[in-house]
Amino acid sequence: MDDLRRPTGFLFALLGLILLLYGIFSSARAELVPNVNVNFWCGLTLLIFGGIMLWLSYRTKS
Amino acid sequence: MTLAPIDYVSLIIYFAFVLGIGWMAKRKIATSEDFLTSGRSVPVWITSLAFIAANLGAQEMIGMCASGAKYGIMTAQFYWLGAVPAMIFVGLFMMPFYYGSRARSVPEYLKLRFDEKTRGLNAITFAIMTIFSSGISMYALGLLFELVLGWNFTNSVLLSAVIVLVYTLLGGLTSAIYNEVVQFFLIVLGFAPLSILAVEKAGGWSGISARLQPVMTHTWEYTTHASQNPMGVEVFGLVAGLGFVLSFGYWCTNFLVIQRAMAAETIHGARQTPLFAAFPKIFMPFVVILPGVAAVALMSMSSGYSIPLKPTGGFNYDLVLTTLMAKFYPAGMLGIGLTALMASFMSGMAGNVTAFNTVFTYDLYQSYIKRDAADNHYLWVGRITTVAGVALSIGTAFLATHFNNIMDFLQLVFAFVNAPLFATFLLGMFWKRTTGHGAFWGMVTGLVAGGLTLGLTVAEGKGGWIAPVHQFPSSMAQNFWIAIISWSACFLVTVAVTLFTKPKPVAELHNLVYGVTDLPHEEGVRWYKRPGPLAIIVIIVLIIMNIIYW
Repeated sequence: MDDLRRPTGFLFALLGLILLLYGIFSSARAELVPNVNVNFWCGLTLLIFGGIMLWLSYRTKS
Repeated sequence: MTLAPIDYVSLIIYFAFVLGIGWMAKRKIATSEDFLTSGRSVPVWITSLAFIAANLGAQEMIGMCASGAKYGIMTAQFYWLGAVPAMIFVGLFMMPFYYGSRARSVPEYLKLRFDEKTRGLNAITFAIMTIFSSGISMYALGLLFELVLGWNFTNSVLLSAVIVLVYTLLGGLTSAIYNEVVQFFLIVLGFAPLSILAVEKAGGWSGISARLQPVMTHTWEYTTHASQNPMGVEVFGLVAGLGFVLSFGYWCTNFLVIQRAMAAETIHGARQTPLFAAFPKIFMPFVVILPGVAAVALMSMSSGYSIPLKPTGGFNYDLVLTTLMAKFYPAGMLGIGLTALMASFMSGMAGNVTAFNTVFTYDLYQSYIKRDAADNHYLWVGRITTVAGVALSIGTAFLATHFNNIMDFLQLVFAFVNAPLFATFLLGMFWKRTTGHGAFWGMVTGLVAGGLTLGLTVAEGKGGWIAPVHQFPSSMAQNFWIAIISWSACFLVTVAVTLFTKPKPVAELHNLVYGVTDLPHEEGVRWYKRPGPLAIIVIIVLIIMNIIYW
């Protein structure tokens, strides 16, 4: 089977990107942490994680 | 708690993804072994993460967070004492026999080492247990979704079960294992922010320590007497019951986890699997238990958070995880959190289903129903069994309604099935003389002894059906002691019967028993990939954690 890091990377990058954009463009905040843009930071984390997975995957292939 | 459209987007992307993995894995399947055992071809980093993910079911996530709120950080004993030492042991000492024997399952190892009846007994009890666990997990999730999201119990259970069914049916064990890795990442990335936010809000670890009773922020300090800690256990029951019998019984003999290690490409990979897995395992309490501890601190500081009450009074600890999510996650991240919960449910259920279909196909069907069919036939049986396993799980989901704490109930089940088994394996792998009759009667006695202990003791209103002879301070203590008694009974009877029966000739024990097995050569393996050095590093990290949270 293909390198699992690639599909995993795509999944997390996609979920992260959606969440990041939602964090930027929506005003959704959590009840107990109204000052933190949880969506933005968590989206960024997911995106970075997905990016690392993709980078690892493409690095070994080439 | 209500979900926004964005939350459903994450959930749907994730569902599409798991089915896609199943579709990708499908191309590799030609034989029954490809389907049921992955054809021993999975890279070690994947087997390692799958090794712990298969155990991180939804009831584990909910139960650990609940126990964190109920018992405090002492709950981490389930990881540091109740998992890691056993994971080291199975990697160092037992994997050479499991992997080296070429057995396809744990019951098959028993058949090779002992005899047919030992395999049969283990296969049947294991099959029942996996279905049971899977059913409880499904029940827990369905109930939670009904309570928290207002989803229909039957529909949400059926939907999640059908998705697991489709991807395990398509890609077999490979699909399940690959998905477990993704599920592991999703669980960590979906729950870790909750832990960080909740702990931060409660004033950090020092703020939590200041607000809670000291017993909630220590693991060992208050275990001299059972009355000192809310778990109601003292150090002997804790170490012997949880740390030795239950832990080793689960991590060293439960085919559900062993199967992941046995799917590795080489014997080195199989031995590394539990050892690599031990590192994330040590740190999981910070993701799954800490939010529960923080929840109690948040309650005491009028932060706007409180643990929901049961209709009958008392806290409903099983709701701690989801209520925290509702308070700390906005629409968007809430979807990721729920997807993570769904992922944990699926990894737990797929683990049970893939272990069940292998044991049924090879150890029950091929052994007792149809012995010499073409491999294609067994592949077909494996697929049918996958469907049957899911259907049976759905059926048993409704049996799980009588027990209030899911974790306690699971312990109860494991106490019966796995506790005596570890005595059988310990003797079987390290004492050449151990006979099949000894092993079989030891296992039977262990199970009966466990059942009798439960029938004769009471804790929190449970047990004592025969006669309430003894009262335990908590269900936890009761479970630990059932395990200790069950294990001891199995050990003693196995030794006693062995001494009066004829052992197998040593020539037949090659690759099955210590002393007549060629241990794997490690010349070509780098030092940090060798089991010995790896185990030492794990132990050092473990000791440090225990000191910090003593």
